Amino acid sequence: MLRDIWDTHRVAVLAVGAALLAALSSVVVVPETEQAVVIRLGEPNRVINRFRPNTEFGETGAGLTWRIPFMERMVRIDRRILSVDMQSQEVLSTDQLRLQVDAYARYRIIDPVRMVRTAGTTERVGEQLQPIFTSVLRQELGKRTFQSLLNADRGAAMVQIRQNLDQQAREYGAQVIDVRIKRADLPEGALESTFARMQAAREQEATTIRAEGQKNAQIIRAEAEAQAAKIYAEAFNKDANFYDFYRAMKSYDATFADPENKSASTLILSPNNDYLRQFRGK
Amino acid sequence: MRTLGTSITRGILAMAGRKSPWGGGKDEPSGADGAGSGGGGDEPPGKSEGPRNPWLPPGGSTPPRRSANIEDLFRTKDGAKRTGGGGGGGFGGGFPRIPQRPDGKSWASIAAGALVVVWLFSSTVHMLGPKDQGIVTTFGSYSHTVGAGVSLTLPWPIQNVDVTDVTSIRRDTIPDSDVEKLMLTSDKNLVDLSYLVRWNIKDLELFKFRLDDPENTVKEVAEAAMRATVAEVPLNDVIGGAGRGKIEQNVRARMQAVLDAYKAGVLIQGVELKKTDPPAKVVTAFQNVNVAQQQAERDQSQARAWAGQVMAIAQGEATAFDKVYAQYKLAPEVTRRRLYYETMERVLRNNDKVVVEANGVTPYLPLSEIRRRPAPVEAAPAATPTGAQ
Repeated sequence: MLRDIWDTHRVAVLAVGAALLAALSSVVVVPETEQAVVIRLGEPNRVINRFRPNTEFGETGAGLTWRIPFMERMVRIDRRILSVDMQSQEVLSTDQLRLQVDAYARYRIIDPVRMVRTAGTTERVGEQLQPIFTSVLRQELGKRTFQSLLNADRGAAMVQIRQNLDQQAREYGAQVIDVRIKRADLPEGALESTFARMQAAREQEATTIRAEGQKNAQIIRAEAEAQAAKIYAEAFNKDANFYDFYRAMKSYDATFADPENKSASTLILSPNNDYLRQFRGK
Repeated sequence: MRTLGTSITRGILAMAGRKSPWGGGKDEPSGADGAGSGGGGDEPPGKSEGPRNPWLPPGGSTPPRRSANIEDLFRTKDGAKRTGGGGGGGFGGGFPRIPQRPDGKSWASIAAGALVVVWLFSSTVHMLGPKDQGIVTTFGSYSHTVGAGVSLTLPWPIQNVDVTDVTSIRRDTIPDSDVEKLMLTSDKNLVDLSYLVRWNIKDLELFKFRLDDPENTVKEVAEAAMRATVAEVPLNDVIGGAGRGKIEQNVRARMQAVLDAYKAGVLIQGVELKKTDPPAKVVTAFQNVNVAQQQAERDQSQARAWAGQVMAIAQGEATAFDKVYAQYKLAPEVTRRRLYYETMERVLRNNDKVVVEANGVTPYLPLSEIRRRPAPVEAAPAATPTGAQ
């Protein structure tokens, strides 16, 4: 049956096949995540699905489009936010301190035609931006003190870096959205001295804490003693004379009348002793 | 769409017909198609009394038959090969034969039809789980988003559905291994830190279409936000509990702000600090501080205990004195004498005593015996607590 068709309509079948092929090669699908520059005979002709802010997805130029086969070529460009990383750079601050900095920038291609002319492909843009990024960052951070690099003041530097980088990125049809420092660390050599400093600080803290503890303990003791002395004085001051007698009695008791240590002392009494007053029978 | 679908179907059918290994293709003479019904095409001409043909009515006048055996099966095949009659030539010879359809047409159309049905069904009907959302694109262009349940779309080359789990909370631990990750604090100290970021997708379209690598972006933004935040807090607040809650809050707010500025479609659920330790190299120094703190604490509590004791003794003695004094006031002379005699009694009872008439006697003191035990005779100082009792 097929052979019959082939035999009778050979020309027609071939024509249909060729037409189908042409149609397929002229249909292009551009997804939401891409924009495409159509190059007609080497010259950028038009942009499909160009990035425009505030366009709802589905209303962008993505989807099926057409091109002239063989005459027009498509360059696909990422439409999303892309990132360029800067790997660990040592930055010298104005106060001659070194800082290890990792940063990243986020950018988007907003002028695809210019990008195609200057860079060619999306990957090349990233490659071209990287050295620019590094030099801009070093330049800008080198104007600031170490402390300000660590602190919130960094925000101002970041804005400046973003602006400078953006200016140069426009050459490649890219817009820099954000620049951020991922890490700002001390370089290897400075780590050791920082550790030493931290250690010394901790040791000092430990010593201070110990001394403080002893001081407080002493104060507590002294206060207690004072308090006790006050209590004694209040009680005994009622009759100093009686206190003398009372305390003497207790003292004799404690000193001589220890039942566990009998005959520890030898007391030599004179008959004139008051204790022996009745002894004399007078 | 319909035309495209049918043309594809036709194409598949045509191809199946051409390459069918089951015979019945276009190369065979039309007679081969018909032969299936009778089974005669498969049999060599000279073997008509072979295995019984199930399609012929039984009880015919055929000569005595024996039941089919394996040899017969092979023989038929060999015979077919020899004569080159059916079986699609050498190509199809090794394949097991599928019985042909009663009406003599090939199975190819049915197989192709089944493939089309499977393809249509699998690419038009989509079952999404309760956590999923799917983005429907028509030729790459965003069409709409479908939620959980069953949804229908156009078949595959036209519409495509990209299903993603949106509500599940993703957890990124940074750093993902156990390595030491040092960060600078505001007082230029270093802290070893690890944390967990929990996030999920807030807006699937943005998440899919806005960023090149959203998962990695979340991590990088987290890292930047964490370092910026820790750089504003002194070391002790990071390590101690005091600053933690604030750091977590700050990082979360910062991350959300940055990601919203990127329109990343990501919602940060929370940031939790898992570990905030001093660097391993100085950890002993930090422990020494703890030891010192405990030591100070111990010193102070010992002092407090001693103080309590001193006070208790003082109060006790003062009270005792007060009581005795109250009695003494009632009868001073008698009480005084009584106390005196009682004390002396105890003192003299427990010691050796010698009564010496002082005049005219030279006392002999056994000094060696006295020296053996030191015996201070002076009264103890007045108010020392230890000397009491």
